[in-house]
Amino acid sequence: MDWSNVFSQALTQGIGIQAVIFCLAAIGLNVQFGYTGLLNFGQSGFLAVAAYGLGVSIAYAGWSLWVGLLVGIAAAVLLALLLGIPTLRLRADYLAIVTIAAAEILRLTFRSVTFDPIFGGSDGINRFADDFYRYNPYSGPVKIGPADFSQNDMWIVTIGWILVVILSIIVFLLMRSPWGRVIKAIREDEDAVRSLGKSVYSYKLQALIIGGVMGCFGGFIAAIALQSIQPDYYSTDLTFFAYAVLILGGAARVLGPIVGSVVFWFLLVLIDGALANAVSSGAIDFIRNDQVGQIRYWILGISLMLLMIYRPQGILGDKKELSLDAR
Amino acid sequence: MRRLLLGISAVALALWALLVGGAPAMAADTTIGGVIKSDQEAVPGVTVNVSDETGFVENAISDEKGRWRVVVPQAGTYTVLIETDTLPPGVSLRDPDRTSVEVTVGEGQTKSVLFPTGDAPVSSTSKLDQALQLTVDGFIFGLTIALAAVGLSLIFGTTGLTNFSHGELVTFGSLMAYFFSAIMGLPFIVAAAAAVFAGGLFGFLQDRFFWRWLRKRGTALIAMLVVSIGLGIFLRYFYLFIFGGNTRQYAEYSGQAGLVLGPIVVTPKALVGAIVAVVFLAATVAWLRFTRMGKASRAIADNPALASASGIDVNRVISIIWAAGAGLAALAGVIYSLSNGVSWISGFGLLLLIFAGVTLGGLGTAIGAIVGSIIVGTMIQLSTLLIPSELKNVGALAVLIIILMIRPQGILGRSERVG
Repeated sequence: MDWSNVFSQALTQGIGIQAVIFCLAAIGLNVQFGYTGLLNFGQSGFLAVAAYGLGVSIAYAGWSLWVGLLVGIAAAVLLALLLGIPTLRLRADYLAIVTIAAAEILRLTFRSVTFDPIFGGSDGINRFADDFYRYNPYSGPVKIGPADFSQNDMWIVTIGWILVVILSIIVFLLMRSPWGRVIKAIREDEDAVRSLGKSVYSYKLQALIIGGVMGCFGGFIAAIALQSIQPDYYSTDLTFFAYAVLILGGAARVLGPIVGSVVFWFLLVLIDGALANAVSSGAIDFIRNDQVGQIRYWILGISLMLLMIYRPQGILGDKKELSLDAR
Repeated sequence: MRRLLLGISAVALALWALLVGGAPAMAADTTIGGVIKSDQEAVPGVTVNVSDETGFVENAISDEKGRWRVVVPQAGTYTVLIETDTLPPGVSLRDPDRTSVEVTVGEGQTKSVLFPTGDAPVSSTSKLDQALQLTVDGFIFGLTIALAAVGLSLIFGTTGLTNFSHGELVTFGSLMAYFFSAIMGLPFIVAAAAAVFAGGLFGFLQDRFFWRWLRKRGTALIAMLVVSIGLGIFLRYFYLFIFGGNTRQYAEYSGQAGLVLGPIVVTPKALVGAIVAVVFLAATVAWLRFTRMGKASRAIADNPALASASGIDVNRVISIIWAAGAGLAALAGVIYSLSNGVSWISGFGLLLLIFAGVTLGGLGTAIGAIVGSIIVGTMIQLSTLLIPSELKNVGALAVLIIILMIRPQGILGRSERVG
């Protein structure tokens, strides 16, 4: 069994593309769920409209990368408005049902044969981001400690972590502003805030939009890094991976998503690798090779349950600040 | 902690023992096969040629039921070629260029390969007959959703839990029915009854050892909702681990001819399924209306503290609600899989439609859930008149969002402020 390889793989993924994507998705969720208490179960939808907005603009409409990014952001804002306007006046679980339904609607539409000429059906949109790699300053593979990145991966990962830092600073500044105090107050007691004359509805809508736009950068990174937009990548599982990342790191903490995604992906890939090794070397014989990939979903499910029951504040969180309950 | 692990591992072990224990019986040949039909009529005497790169070649000729089957030596990728000159006069492939297909088959699996014949289906029936047929299909589908929705709605009403793992209770029913019928060899009716009972037991144990414990710990409702998502993901991939990714059919009633009733065609199994669903739904409604237990559950939905103070054993009622709700969900799974096949993901696929039905009818009311589900089912089928059928669920979910905009309490819900 090659443990050093498993370990360096895990480290690579722990600071690599997947960690960046889910960190960005979780930063958005943090604004919505962690600070405002909104149950957005459709974060995958925000990532999907961003990715498709970018992909369609470049591959179908023939616009430049920059226009594509703007289209993606506009699509995320539009989605937030569409979801938020009907449901933010209702109890929290309505938003949950509507957002998860909307994310599925988007996925089914993107993968349908009917819209194949635009969205590429179940094959999605591929090889559209060459423009991005033209600006690549790295001229060869990069090694950071035991972690190993190809030239292109290193470029997108660098951009990704820069985005993470910028967005985290924005979240930090937002949350210590008066706006942030109102947002947190809404999470604690919506009626009290309403009685102070604040429009809870419009604050919630703003939080949904800001969180959606932050999350949509995860969609951009995913689309560009893989040079491919596959509809089934944006399934509801993506949303719940992002939730696991956020809750593990600590909701309502600026560094929560970062710590969460690094730790989560490191552990996930480590366990994946160790299992795959154990199976192929015959140490574990009740799991087949093709079943190893399913185990990560067991880990996802069980870690969501255990975290929510035993440590809803995650690694960094403060339990007092996080009294989640139905509203 | 101990209790949670105990609960999970007990369920896991039970499932494991049931399905893995029975697995050797299924260790079958690795085969590739299919059915060649033209206008619902079997086409015999057609030669199909299966080959791979290592030099394996075998021919199969379709029998009087149009079936052909080739046992291949091992898992791998094979080229399946239909010899079009052996097709009888007047029968041709729908896509004349698609005479050969590459398929990958796993060890011990059966891969089916279809060669559609004739012109692309052009409906000769009138729009009105089509609408009638779709209404009936949709109504039956809606009854299936309703069975699952009632349980979801009752559990929500009594405990406040929005259970995102309810779809896995549906899948549990269809998997259990498959286990009892295909592996244990019981007649399907007996297997279905056993599956419903097993589903009820699963729900009861889930509540007794897991959800009740969470309620006692004072876990908040939103936290429980996230826990149910985790449980759902875990169960789903556990099913996949054990059952595999293929959709399988129950051995009995698989290729049933439709009954022609005037302008509409219904398979007997769908009809029987619908009747069973109506009986169970009526029984549930009567139970809620007229029995002491039903009244108690409505009292708890209204005000748990007051119900408890009036001498109702709240935990006992909730346990029974869970068992009944899970049993109904399992029944929904059996009826659904009878027509659509058994797969690890079927319940999750239905979950959002179940939510749509429950929300449409009004969260927390049983009759509302039934009416809402039937409307959702009918609408999904009818919408295929206007939109491509691959997008029919999109239409249903879109309507859910629109309904919430106009009438958030649902069509039968009390008009109270819900936020």
